[in-house]
Amino acid sequence: MWIYEKKLQYPAKVGRANLKMAKYLITQYGGPDGELAASMRYLTQRYNMPTPQAKGILTDIGTEELAHMEIIATLIYKLMDRATVEEIERAGLGAYYADHDRSLFFVNGEGVPWTAAYIQAKGDPVADLHEDMAAEQKARATYEWLINLSDDPDLNDTLSFLREREIVHFQRFGETLQIVQEYMNSRKIY
Amino acid sequence: MNREQLEALKELMAQQFTVLEFQLYLDTHPTDQRALMEYNEACRQLMVLKQRYQQAYGPLTFCEASDYPWQWIEEPWPWQICYE
Repeated sequence: MWIYEKKLQYPAKVGRANLKMAKYLITQYGGPDGELAASMRYLTQRYNMPTPQAKGILTDIGTEELAHMEIIATLIYKLMDRATVEEIERAGLGAYYADHDRSLFFVNGEGVPWTAAYIQAKGDPVADLHEDMAAEQKARATYEWLINLSDDPDLNDTLSFLREREIVHFQRFGETLQIVQEYMNSRKIY
Repeated sequence: MNREQLEALKELMAQQFTVLEFQLYLDTHPTDQRALMEYNEACRQLMVLKQRYQQAYGPLTFCEASDYPWQWIEEPWPWQICYE
């Protein structure tokens, strides 16, 4: 089960409202390499992992990604704060507004809705952990492109924190892959 | 949220992050005794900070005692806080 804590993992800071950045950032909410995809991927892959370390790391990183989803949601909420309809339209968010007003929704920057086809659970732990490592690198790159698009030092501080987490997760998944491969090799009968 | 509460909240968030980093590390290094000792100490410090914060500002999570009226729904929620 999960229990909510009424706080963020890291302060979600925004220097000023910025609808263009909100439009770009939403891909980390509902895009292919975003936090929802990451969380759902790890939390569904964990059931068939062969070692306790792998079950633990997928549970804990999958849970941390939910906390990241909340940070992204908070950033977008703040970036859109008090925006008028005219400003929303000028930023290219008119179509988004027609469907969602100022609500958060799981889409990428171009409005494509989230799909389970972004993720996989192959049942083969080596294949799944390789997918997880690739996912962390793709998310890291996305945060770097978002930082390139932003000139807000407060926002970039929060995005840099999230970027660094992807690097730590990649490291932990790499260690997990090694543990799983050693375990599987030890069980082979020649 | 006043400055004092925000600083207490940030201190708590930082300490919880320390615990999480140890947790992920220990998932793949379960026999690292030194890391385990540091984890246990970080958890102890987190519990102190949490208790102190909740006594002053109300519940952060499920199953914490509440003053009247029900404090859980008191604003701000995490996305409403100005962290700058």
